[in-house]
Order: sequence, then structure tokens, then C-alpha cells
Amino acid sequence: MTDKTMTPEDVVSRLRSGMTLGIGGWGSRRKPMALVRALLRSDVTDLTVVSYGGPDVGLLAAAGRIRRLVAAFATLDSIPLEPHFRAARQRGAFELTEIDEAMFMWGLHAAANRLPFLPVRSGLGSDVMRVNPALKTVTSPYEDGETFVAMPALRMDAALVHLHRADRRGNGQYLGPDPYFDDLFCEAADEAYVSCERLVDGFVGAVPQTLLVKRHAVTGVVETPNGAHFTSCVPDYGRDEPFQKLYATTPWPQFAERFLSGDEKAYQSAVQTWHEEQQ
Amino acid sequence: MSATTTTTRAEYCAIACADAWRDNGEVLASPMGLIPSIGARLAQRTFSPDLLLTDGEAMIVCLDGAAEGWLPYRQHLTMVSGGRRHVMMGASQLDRFGNQNISCIGDWQRPARQLLGVRGAPVNTLNNPVSYWVPTHSKRVFVEKVDMISGVGYDSAAAAGPSATRYHRIPRVVSDLGVFDFATPNRTMRLASVHPGVTVEEVQEATGFALALPDEVPPTREPTPTELRLIRTVLDPEGRRDREVPTP
Repeated sequence: MTDKTMTPEDVVSRLRSGMTLGIGGWGSRRKPMALVRALLRSDVTDLTVVSYGGPDVGLLAAAGRIRRLVAAFATLDSIPLEPHFRAARQRGAFELTEIDEAMFMWGLHAAANRLPFLPVRSGLGSDVMRVNPALKTVTSPYEDGETFVAMPALRMDAALVHLHRADRRGNGQYLGPDPYFDDLFCEAADEAYVSCERLVDGFVGAVPQTLLVKRHAVTGVVETPNGAHFTSCVPDYGRDEPFQKLYATTPWPQFAERFLSGDEKAYQSAVQTWHEEQQ
Repeated sequence: MSATTTTTRAEYCAIACADAWRDNGEVLASPMGLIPSIGARLAQRTFSPDLLLTDGEAMIVCLDGAAEGWLPYRQHLTMVSGGRRHVMMGASQLDRFGNQNISCIGDWQRPARQLLGVRGAPVNTLNNPVSYWVPTHSKRVFVEKVDMISGVGYDSAAAAGPSATRYHRIPRVVSDLGVFDFATPNRTMRLASVHPGVTVEEVQEATGFALALPDEVPPTREPTPTELRLIRTVLDPEGRRDREVPTP
């Protein structure tokens, strides 16, 4: 039995500047934040980031690690606009491939199914076509003869996702209301790294449908308790709204210095200290 | 005291939003924002009982909040593409043909103000009916031309061809001043009704393009006593609606 457990540092040591990196979760929900924080401690940069964007995008953009972002949005959910993503866009800090949520999903499906593209209706008539001049259309070979956007596969060098439970072999379980697209991210990437709230020895008694990510699609497993903080990871914990607000309103260098200058343990401890100060 | 004098502007807005889902049948009502959300729930409780509503996350819920179905994002996107959904989205900009922008203000290459991104507006507008809610009607929102077409308008859909127009429909736009549709020969925005207390001139003055006008612009309809009671005692007892749209 292959033991795929590793540390966040092990994961990051396998990433290289210039890679295309997929990040699972959705908005400010179940983002692999501990892995993103480990990435911020490394010198990996020049990334193409593929994400249903949340603070993962904001953090990496603020730190200047993104060369190109592939996204339909970036949001903190309870705070609609991601301030660091906005600031980076407004200073022209990275290139953007702006596509629609459904185009994004079919790009993942295409990559996971080893197809060069999948046809989608969405995109037609919108400025997504104007700002992505490389996007091509395809005509149905059947009687309808309809024209669709040929959404290219979003194949990635590596994917990072966060799940509630995982075993050492790389099987991952989600316990929340929504799988998001985490299994697709893993299957659409050459290598996938799953962080989890808790490593388990097996899934005896599990509801079968919760066993989302299969080990064949996973390269490494990392146990990172509270590893999605400050995004939501229900039912294990909800979003840390006060801390998210702090993130959104604190100048980046100040936030980074207080919370991101040490390792993950230092981060969690700094967060705890901050919460105690608020009481 | 008559209903006309006691109904608040926010309540007219909620009624106008609710009416967007009238006769829609068994479709998912997806309201974005507070007043559309009151409207959708009001419609479900009164004249459109077959509507499906979510808890804002991954569950489809009954009137009492109990779950009746599971709708994670990827199934939600299928519901969009399958057309059994009517969404009421917001709009940072909206033009006379119903093109909507939530992506950015200014030049897309280097925006003056980055907003959300196009989100699901492109897939929504090409696949299922999309209405819009604008809480503050102004020339800043109702513009001659949007900076980034996120939601597709009638002219853009027509220019993109039959695959784009096949399921494209914008039933209505509701703002704090009135209700608008596209029931004109060239599919431009028409003032369908004004909320009581608002004049046609006031609406035109706050709009950055010439609105099509019917011979006579009717007032937005009055709520029934049952509808008012539901809004005030069941759907929004804290009166959050009046903070989104204050009565002038």
C-alpha cells in the first residue's frame, strides 16, 4: 500500500515556477488555504492559476505570484468583492483569462476526459469572446447545425484541493453540502495534492457518495487541521467572518507580516492570538 | 387608509419582482439579493406554488425550510442549461438592449474598477430566462453601452446567431423606480410601469438612454392584503427591505 502522506512543504517542493496550478473550492469555501500559505512561503512564482476564485486568488495576487489567472470571478462571498484581486487587476499585475462558470466547468471536464475541448452554448454573444480572441467555435455535425463555443480543456500541471477526511492512499471524503469541483480538479491535473482536516484509516460506515476523490488521481495527502481557514469548511467549521474582514481591510504588507511570516503552526497561533485580543 | 398610501416603495419592488415568476411553473427561482429573494418567496407562497427555491447553498427547500432536494453547483449549472430556471440577477451596468455588466468598469485590459467577473451571466442569459434587479436607478447603471458584456442583451444575442437566440429571454427589469420589459419591435427597453409616487419624467431623467414608452404608463400594481401581510410578518419582519430601498 502506497503511503502518500506528506507535509505542505513537501507539496510545495514539487511545484515549479511557471506551472499551471488548479485550486479547488469555490469563492471563500473549502479552499486549500494551508497549501496556499505554504506556497506563499516558497519562491514559486509566475503561475497560471485556475480557480473559482476566492482568497486563494487574492493572496497569490497580492504576493505577486500570478502571471495569468483563469477564472469566472473572485469573491469572498459574504464580502462580494475580493479586495486584493481587485487591486492587482487595477494595477495590471497579471493577465486574465475571463470565462463563464459553465465554460470553466466544461474545461475541467474536457481535461479530465482527455478531450481537447467540449462544446458549450455559453460565451456566445458575450464579451467573453471579445476578451479571449483565441476562443474558437464549432458547428454541430448533426442536423441542427448549431454553432457552439469550443471550450478548450483546462489541463493543469498540479491541483490543490481541501477535503474533510482522507486516507493515506489518497482517497478523499467531503462532508459538506457541495463537492464543488474538487474531484474534477484532481482528474484534470497531472498531479493532485489533497489536504484534509483529518487523516483516517478507512471509511467504514461512510455514505458512499461522500467518497469524492479517488486515489488514482492523487499524488499526495496532507493532514492540515483547520487548513481551510479562514474559508468555510462546513460541517467541521464555518467561515471565520471576523478574520476574513480583517484580511479584506488590512493593508497587504501588514497582514502578511503578522500572519504569514512563519509556518502553518505560527499562522494558526497568530489567528488564535488575534481572536483573543478581540474579546 | 388605502393601500396606496401605506405600501412602501420597497414593497412595490418586492411585488414587481414576485410577478416576474408568475406562471413560470415548476422551475427554479434564483433570486440574487434581498428584494428579489422576498419576491421569489412571496411568489412561491401565493400565485406560483410550484416554484423551486434553494437555501442559497446546495439544498432545494420547502416553505418551512425543510430540504426537498440537493442542488450542488454542478447540478445547478445543468439546471441553467436545461432551462428550468428563472434567475433575477443584479447589474452594475445595463443598456437598452439588456446587455448587463458585473465584470469591471472601464477598459477590460486594465479596469478602473474591477468588480466580480462575468460569473455565470453568459451561461444564464443564453439558456434560461434572466431578469434583473437594480436597487438604485441611475445613469451610472442604466448606460448607453456596457463596458463588458457579461449577461447577453437582445442585440448581442441576435448578432451571435441562432444558437445564442434559441433560449435567450429577458422577461423584465425591476428598479426602485419602475418595471421595464423589452416588448418593442427592436427589443429595446420599455418602461412597463412606474411605482406609485414616481413620474415617467423622473425615470427617464435617471436613465442614460431613451426609454421606449407605451401611450400610457400604468402604475405598478398594488399588493393584495395577503401579500402585504406575508411580506411584513413572514418574509421580512425585520424590515430589511426598507434599508435596501427607502421610501422617499
